[in-house]
Amino acid sequence: MSSRVTILGAGVAGLCVATELVARGLRPRILDPMGAPGRHGCSWWAGGMLAPFCEGESAEPEVTRLGLTAADWWQAAGAQVHRRGSLVVTLARDRRELDRFARRTGGHVRLDGAGLAGVEPGLADRFTTALHFPEEAHVDPRAALAALVAGLDRAGVVIETEAAPTHHPDAPSDADAGAARPSGASQDATPRCDYATGEAAGRVAGAPMGGAGVEIAVGRAVAEERSPDRLGSETRSRLVTGGAPLPGAKGGQADTGRERAADAGMGDPTRIALPTDPGRAGDPHAGHTAPGELTVDCRGLASCPLLPGLRGVRGEMAVLRAPGVTLDRPVRLLHPRHPLYIVPRGDGLYMLGATQIESAARGPATLRSVVELLSAAYALDPAFGEAEVLEIGADARPAFPDNLPRVLRQGDTIHVNGLFRHGFLLAPAMARRAADMILGTSTEGRPCRSC
Amino acid sequence: MPVFYGTEVGSRLMLGTAQYPSPGILRDAFLRSGAGIATVSLRREGAGDGAGAAFWELIRDMGVPVLPNTAGCHSVREAVTTAHMAREYFGTDWIKLEVVGHEDTLQPDPFGLVEAARILSDDGFRVFPYTTEDGVLGGRLIEAGCEVLMPWGAPIGTGLGLNNIYGLRTLRAQFPDVPMVIDAGLGLPSQAAHAMELGFDAVLLNTAVARAGDPAAMAEGFALALRAGRLAFEADPMEPRDMAAPSTPQLGLAVLS
Repeated sequence: MSSRVTILGAGVAGLCVATELVARGLRPRILDPMGAPGRHGCSWWAGGMLAPFCEGESAEPEVTRLGLTAADWWQAAGAQVHRRGSLVVTLARDRRELDRFARRTGGHVRLDGAGLAGVEPGLADRFTTALHFPEEAHVDPRAALAALVAGLDRAGVVIETEAAPTHHPDAPSDADAGAARPSGASQDATPRCDYATGEAAGRVAGAPMGGAGVEIAVGRAVAEERSPDRLGSETRSRLVTGGAPLPGAKGGQADTGRERAADAGMGDPTRIALPTDPGRAGDPHAGHTAPGELTVDCRGLASCPLLPGLRGVRGEMAVLRAPGVTLDRPVRLLHPRHPLYIVPRGDGLYMLGATQIESAARGPATLRSVVELLSAAYALDPAFGEAEVLEIGADARPAFPDNLPRVLRQGDTIHVNGLFRHGFLLAPAMARRAADMILGTSTEGRPCRSC
Repeated sequence: MPVFYGTEVGSRLMLGTAQYPSPGILRDAFLRSGAGIATVSLRREGAGDGAGAAFWELIRDMGVPVLPNTAGCHSVREAVTTAHMAREYFGTDWIKLEVVGHEDTLQPDPFGLVEAARILSDDGFRVFPYTTEDGVLGGRLIEAGCEVLMPWGAPIGTGLGLNNIYGLRTLRAQFPDVPMVIDAGLGLPSQAAHAMELGFDAVLLNTAVARAGDPAAMAEGFALALRAGRLAFEADPMEPRDMAAPSTPQLGLAVLS
């Protein structure tokens, strides 16, 4: 058993592994040069549905099995879990899609109009039947990540943005010694989950961008890379378009490099300051950990060079504010061309997701994707027509060829990767598996298929 | 096996590569069915800028010839541009030409199709036009340089099968020497078998396989149906007739009671 563990990457995978290890009495380091979760990572753009049954419609059965305990894990980790089930509906023309979905999933009951009115009255005047998955749940991904950051902070684990090989948290040391620089979010442990509300947005590098109060957030283009207050400040509302920072925005140089890397399907090399010499590619923790220590690599697509077969799958999403819409639980609209899910975020905010495109591109959402998402939302409830579009986001998710996640060991490195579109659903199970491996309960890296 | 532009392909089954639950299942579908050609959409998956490289590597690794398409193009200009990008990216002058004429039905724009086919053929492309069963249109496409026709069975993704059997039969008879592929609209192997019985050379599928509960099994089902239907076509089936005709003579049977 090793008590010296360094986790690379502070996305949903890295933070879940860290939380699981803390729960088991370890005190890992977390390294992420981008600091706390933010727009630079695909976890930020997630839907946050804990929907093991619905995902089973197209995913391998393992996804359902591994996802069943996710809601309990998140709750135990301090996240607010909304256990209100989820709904699946179709427009009348596509009724047979609902039959097919029902055949291929479990854990649901069929609702008629009256039943639907009892569960989700806001849908009852437009839909006369639905599938209800009462055991499913959802989280606000940004709030859930903030809850993990806060929990880790209470345990004395902060997200370090630069490597400090001589100062491991387990070693008696001054937390501020060396080059270690806790991220802003770690210093301020208050869980936050900011959305681009009209009040905070609408400025471009300090200049008004018009009266719309709309923030277009671009997954790749994080203008305020080193901003200490990424998780809660008006400064994050700087707007970047087309991947190029606007005048006055910081981070232009780094962005160019990351753009090239993303285009090459290599993820984002600036996310973790690792040796990029190919000769050392198999030893990503070199310089960060002493011999005998373990590294848990949770860097997602940035680990592409180390993990054959890992690829990016692009997703695009939007966040709307629609006070006229009242939905309390995730709703999926089955559609032959434009399937959609809507996840309520509270306070009239709704997340619309998500496209799934075989591409590692992390650039801005395309018009086609946005039109399709917004049209589908409008078809679900015309009241969305008056919604404010607060965010349009895009990023690429790491996936293996079978779209199943892996916990793999390579020497002293354990990879947790390939969570695909199931980050919040499957990260807890992967974190448990990684912890088992670290604590000696399990010694082999296996794809989850074989477990 | 069918010969397209002088190249014999290994199967009468052509499979699209979109909408599968995972690339692993896509690969299983190809392996189990022995599909002879993989069609790929350049536009949607962003292969043009290299960001989809990982996915295309998976497809290339299957060792199946690739037929890029211009899916989603609504104009001649879009289709021609996409074809050029595809030729550069995939290193093939084969192009499945789609020019969408109507957003709801996705039916081909016959006028744009002929124009784009001429432009691309003149530019050295080997054009596989996604067309209707209209024989006049088929003739114009052949004049424009196409040596293959790909008439629809039904609108893309509907699974309705062969909507206009008379029209398809007429088209087949009108150009007996032109290889023809039923492209789009098939949902079941029996429909593919029917296409073979009508004398078509191949079928192209995507949704029917990718959206099946078990895509690999469905792909194999189609492959078997194609073999059955083609065997039947080559075996010169009997003509239907109204008069019942016993296969065993009635005269001379022993009277046992």
